[in-house]
Amino acid sequence: MTQTDKQVKQLDRVIIRFAGDSGDGMQLTGDRFTQETAAFGNDLVTLPNFPAEIRAPQGTLPGVSSFQVHFADHDILTAGDAPDVLVAMNPAALRANLGDLHKGATIIVDTHDFTARNLTKAGYTTSPLDGDTLAEYAVHPVDLTGMTVEAVKEFGLSRKDASRAKNMFALGLLSWMYGRPTDPTTAFLTKRFAKVPDIRDANLAAFKAGWNFGETTETFAVQYEIKPATLPPGTYRNITGNLALAYGLVAGGVQAGLPLFLGTYPITPASDILHELSKHKSFGVTTFQAEDEIAGVGAAIGASYAGHLGVTSTSGPGVALKSEAIGLAVMTELPLVVVDVQRGGPSTGLPTKTEQADLLQAMFGRNGEAPVPIVAPQSPGDCFAAAVEATRIAVTYRTPVLLLSDGYLANGSEPWRVPAVDELPVIDPAFATEKNHGSGDDAEFWPYLRDEKTLARPWAIPGTAGLEHRIGGLEKGDGHGNISYDPANHDFMVRTRQAKVDRIADSIPPVEVDDPSGEAKVLVLGWGSTYGPIGAGVRRVRKAGYQVAQAHLRHLNPFPSNLGEVLKGYDKVLVPEMNLGQLSLLLRAKYLVDAVGYNHVRGLPLKATELAHAIGELVGQAEGIDIDLGVWGEPTQKEHI
Amino acid sequence: MTAPIQTGTSTDLPLPGLRSGTEQVPAADGPQTGKDFTSDQEVRWCPGCGDYAVLKAVQSFLPDLGLRRENIVFVSGIGCSSRFPYYLDTYGMHSIHGRAPSIATGIATAREDLSVWVVTGDGDALSIGGNHLIHALRRNVNMTILLFNNRIYGLTKGQYSPTSETGKVTKSTPMGSLDHPFNPVSLALGAEASFVARTIDSDRKHLTHVLAAAAAHRGTSLVEIYQNCPIFNDGAFDAIKSPDTKADAIIPLVHGEPITFGARLEDGRGSKALVRDTASGGVTVVATNDVDAADILVHDAHNEDPSTAFAISRLTAADYLDQSPIGIFRQVQRPTYDDQAREQVSAAVEQASNDGTADRSARLAGLIGGGDTWTII
Repeated sequence: MTQTDKQVKQLDRVIIRFAGDSGDGMQLTGDRFTQETAAFGNDLVTLPNFPAEIRAPQGTLPGVSSFQVHFADHDILTAGDAPDVLVAMNPAALRANLGDLHKGATIIVDTHDFTARNLTKAGYTTSPLDGDTLAEYAVHPVDLTGMTVEAVKEFGLSRKDASRAKNMFALGLLSWMYGRPTDPTTAFLTKRFAKVPDIRDANLAAFKAGWNFGETTETFAVQYEIKPATLPPGTYRNITGNLALAYGLVAGGVQAGLPLFLGTYPITPASDILHELSKHKSFGVTTFQAEDEIAGVGAAIGASYAGHLGVTSTSGPGVALKSEAIGLAVMTELPLVVVDVQRGGPSTGLPTKTEQADLLQAMFGRNGEAPVPIVAPQSPGDCFAAAVEATRIAVTYRTPVLLLSDGYLANGSEPWRVPAVDELPVIDPAFATEKNHGSGDDAEFWPYLRDEKTLARPWAIPGTAGLEHRIGGLEKGDGHGNISYDPANHDFMVRTRQAKVDRIADSIPPVEVDDPSGEAKVLVLGWGSTYGPIGAGVRRVRKAGYQVAQAHLRHLNPFPSNLGEVLKGYDKVLVPEMNLGQLSLLLRAKYLVDAVGYNHVRGLPLKATELAHAIGELVGQAEGIDIDLGVWGEPTQKEHI
Repeated sequence: MTAPIQTGTSTDLPLPGLRSGTEQVPAADGPQTGKDFTSDQEVRWCPGCGDYAVLKAVQSFLPDLGLRRENIVFVSGIGCSSRFPYYLDTYGMHSIHGRAPSIATGIATAREDLSVWVVTGDGDALSIGGNHLIHALRRNVNMTILLFNNRIYGLTKGQYSPTSETGKVTKSTPMGSLDHPFNPVSLALGAEASFVARTIDSDRKHLTHVLAAAAAHRGTSLVEIYQNCPIFNDGAFDAIKSPDTKADAIIPLVHGEPITFGARLEDGRGSKALVRDTASGGVTVVATNDVDAADILVHDAHNEDPSTAFAISRLTAADYLDQSPIGIFRQVQRPTYDDQAREQVSAAVEQASNDGTADRSARLAGLIGGGDTWTII
């Protein structure tokens, strides 16, 4: 495709949101734009947002599906608070997303679906395209569907099939506007529809027509350029959290020299981990789609007992069902990775939306004193390293580990620097091979005789002669592991299981604090996917001239050993979370620190601008000054942040 | 006149040319004894409990199985019978209520070289764990499930179980239970289990015979064992155990044999026989002398169609157990889940090996660095 003669304007970052009916292919459109953007070399963060219904009623507000992509010529941390560009494929998509736009934003509307019927479905009495409802925006009403149908008429498709290519027309148009490379999408469409040449050709034609429309029409006078970002050297790929997490589990199995066994039951938003792992049998991966959540974790525990790396993947409701079995893994001290891709709760809650409200379930959601280590990734790409770390802890310490991802990480994506395999930790399963107690004819195998350093018990797998032993959910006698109802033994074993988990802190790095001046009085402490919004909020506050420190927790149980000291070093600690203050509760309980919560449970990531104000307010209190963030408090701020 | 339950010989699977349930499990180096399989733990069931008899039978049977002790795993759930693994000197796990089949599925799928056994009870397998049981049976995972059926909850002290007769008066049902009971054999056949048998705790010979056939079967073997609870449900199986009544109560199933029971006629046949009921499609009991010998149902455990086995299972008395078919109801071969799961993995590994290398570490970089990438220098 040829380059344009139109005016080219430089931007340092842009936020685009594609929105349409859930059948309009908006997720695909967004994903393709993202792949083009990744190939171009911008930094990017994406935020898919879609209804739980597979096909919600057409043209209605609940049926709107959107995909937001934020890309820039510098490193960015979030998918952005307020879109600069909204592509709305119908009235409902416009109405559902208008409130998120800043004044002056660009809106590209497919006018084809602005019929009386669709307007009514979206709750409009008159068309917003008439009158001055949208006067504060740069609106481009375009008959995307009509032009698509015209562009593909030579392929003889039904009108319905022809109009379905409208998302590719929109993609072509946006690709032109932002100078995206088109080869990746051309190659993708060619491959995807290889078996249906008419559809393939129609999509390619629509995509090209969209580009050409942008180039020739006077509706769009400006083309934008966002230069590639300067990221640390390395090989990059764009990756979603679920994909990175699945790769991390494969890598964990390889690094531990263990076959991986995933026992699981499909659940949104975790199912893609099952789908992905089921493709990698060549890595010794067995995937077992069980009859329910409990059987999934049960089979994983069985596989671990037999010497595999047992993994189960689920979301919050599934963790609730697995709780008793996780307790069994605590008692039998077997390696197990439990992946919880958190979603809005309680109960069925918001299956496709994100939340961080399973922290306390992960921490305490079992009967008895049943400590479980908790690891949380902070970005989509970081799901890889977090999964490897969860594997390391599970195998080394013979314990179930909860890996807390969330819906935003799972479906969101970012450029990820692919690590070299030799950078990954080597994990030693150290299977028991010999009797470990007594000597000569009296030598025995004691399954609960612990490693002095880690307090881990020996992992003796069936098939190992002479180490036959029985484990189970009943309390074990210290050392020999036979059933014991002795009061003192139970007290000792409860404390020992806790001590083993506490001791993991010896093997994890101290929490690092980002406090450039060393003079900040306020620390912002987060965990999980709030890393991006917190980082972006902190940047805004610093740009406005104030001091603030930031730290982020990878390990939620045990905490890094220096965390108490770090917290003492600041006058105020702000803990932003997508829950009602679960980490705050743990910090207060353990460190007696007056953690201040910043809490939203809207099913969406926290907004950086709002966070900046919350941080600013606390900085003002701590330093006894008035805070004015100026332009840095505005979501439209377009400078480097 | 009564006779011991026949055991027959033709049910000693594997059938010629078929894979044994233990063919990939290493054989013991030398002869073993029951003592080799007895752990140092004190057995703590109530005096007179039927579990003792089953434990003894299993301990004396395992040496005959001839497998290495370290390659045998017993998994149990929760209940009186689920203490079983502690008393056997093999690998074992006493897990959580109802979940033993799922844990055993993980073990059996992970390792082809293990002989995997599940010990469970009527509450464990049919109430809290009913879902796992039927799914293990339909998948046909290579394991043997010993279902101890005492028709009562013992460990929780005497509530009715899912196999208790309707109207049973217990602590939780002072006016009689309202539940219609499960027939474990009918349930297993409905789930298309490939091996279904029923035996009795006190009949060591028949029990051992069934255990041997179950272990030899490749796939999920379900063995229901009638087991007396002397504390909370004593006498539940008196009719099939008493020398005076058992001939009329037990319908012995032997593959290839006409099914007759009751007092012996002069020709050695039982006085009662099973014939097809063409009106209902089921099976019914008639006086042997009233029908042609050719009309008497010949037991075919290897019939791919489970309908007749199911019809026979329906002859089990639902209330007081004064009539019950005993023996191997069904014994057919179909692919096992675990064999096929392992075959998929090994085929993928082989493909990767042909395409380059089977070394996972060497291929990991290719996996994570695949897709559309770009390099920043």
